[in-house]
Amino acid sequence: MISYISLMAMPLVILIIIIFAVKEKKDTFDLFIDGAKEGIEITIKIFPTLIGIFFSIGLLRNSGIMDMVIKIINPITRIINFPTEIIPLALIRPISGSGAIGIATDIMKNNGVDSYIGKVASVIMGSTETTIYTIAVYTAGLKVKINKDVLIAALFADAVGIICSVIFCRIMS
Amino acid sequence: MLNKIWPLFIIFSIFYAVLFGNIQEINSAIFDSTENAITITISLVGTMCLWSGIMKIACSTSLINKLCRILNPILNFLFPDIKNSKKIKKEISMNIISNFLGLGNAATPIGIKAMQSMNNENNKIKNAEKNKYNKLSNSMKMFILINTASIQLIPTTIFSIRKSLGSKNPTQIIVPVWLATICAALSGIFCLKLLIKREK
Repeated sequence: MISYISLMAMPLVILIIIIFAVKEKKDTFDLFIDGAKEGIEITIKIFPTLIGIFFSIGLLRNSGIMDMVIKIINPITRIINFPTEIIPLALIRPISGSGAIGIATDIMKNNGVDSYIGKVASVIMGSTETTIYTIAVYTAGLKVKINKDVLIAALFADAVGIICSVIFCRIMS
Repeated sequence: MLNKIWPLFIIFSIFYAVLFGNIQEINSAIFDSTENAITITISLVGTMCLWSGIMKIACSTSLINKLCRILNPILNFLFPDIKNSKKIKKEISMNIISNFLGLGNAATPIGIKAMQSMNNENNKIKNAEKNKYNKLSNSMKMFILINTASIQLIPTTIFSIRKSLGSKNPTQIIVPVWLATICAALSGIFCLKLLIKREK
C-alpha cells in the first residue's frame, strides 16, 4: 500500500499541475521551456561547488580519520548506552549521502534488517539528511558566506534526530 | 565558513593518510571525487530542467496560491522577513511540499531557485556591492535548515533498501521515523531562532 502511494506521488503531482494549467488556459509548453532553461543555468552554477565538496569529503572518508574518531568517542557512547554499531553511520550521515547508504546497508546486513540495530540504522536514514551537502548545494553559486548559525543548528538537529532514533526504536521494539 | 573548513579537511586527511599508510586510498579518492561530482551533476541537469519547467507551469496556476494560503501561517512564523514577497513564498511552499512528498529530485531544483530569489531580495535591501560576499539572510538560514531536516511523509529510499535486504516488514519503521524527524526539525528550528536572536 505504502509503496503504491509513493509510486503514485510524482506522477500525480505532475498530473495535477498540468491539469490546473490546461484548465486555466496557460501556454504550458512555452512555460516549461522557460523553466528548463533556468534549470541548466543553475546546474552549471553549482557544479564547481560540488567538485570542491566531493573532493574534500572523499579525502576525509578515505584517509582513515573517521576510524580514529570512532575509536576516540567509543568509550563516551558506551557510557550513555548508545549502540556502538551505529557510530560510523551517525558520523558519516551529515557528510556523505552515498557513504551513509553504504554504511547503513552494511549495518543492516551484519545485524539483521529487523533487529534493533537494523531498525535504528533505518530510522536514522529516514529521519536525517546529508546536512553538509544540502548546505553546500543551496548556497552554491550565490556568493554568500556560509554562516556558523546554520551549520550549528543543522548539526544539532541531526544529533537530536539520531538520539531520538535510538530512543524511539528502544521504546517501540 | 567553507574557506576555513575546506583546507582543514584536505590538510588533515592527507597528513593522516601519509602517517598511517592510507595513501593509496587517498589517491583513489582524488579521482573518484571528481567522477562522483560529474555523475551527480549530469543526473541533476535532467531533473533540474524538468522540475524547473514543471515549477514554472505550477507557479502560473492558481493551485500554488491555494497551497501558499494553507502554508501561510507556518511560513510567516519561520520567515518573518519575507512576509510580503509572494513569489518567494510560492517557491518555498513548492519546495516544502516536494520534500514532504519525498520528491527530493524536485525539491532541490525548486529550493535552489528559492535561495537565489531570496539572495536577490537580500542584495536589493542592502544595496550590496558587486563581487563582494554577502551574509545569509535569516530567511535563507531558516530555509536551508528546513531542507536539512528531511521532513518526509514516506521515506522511500530506506524502504527500498530494507526491502532489498529481505526485511519482513520494510515499512515498520515509519512511526519512529516521523517522530524522530519532527523532534529533529523542531529542535533545529528552535536552535536557529535562538542563534538569530542572540546575534541581534
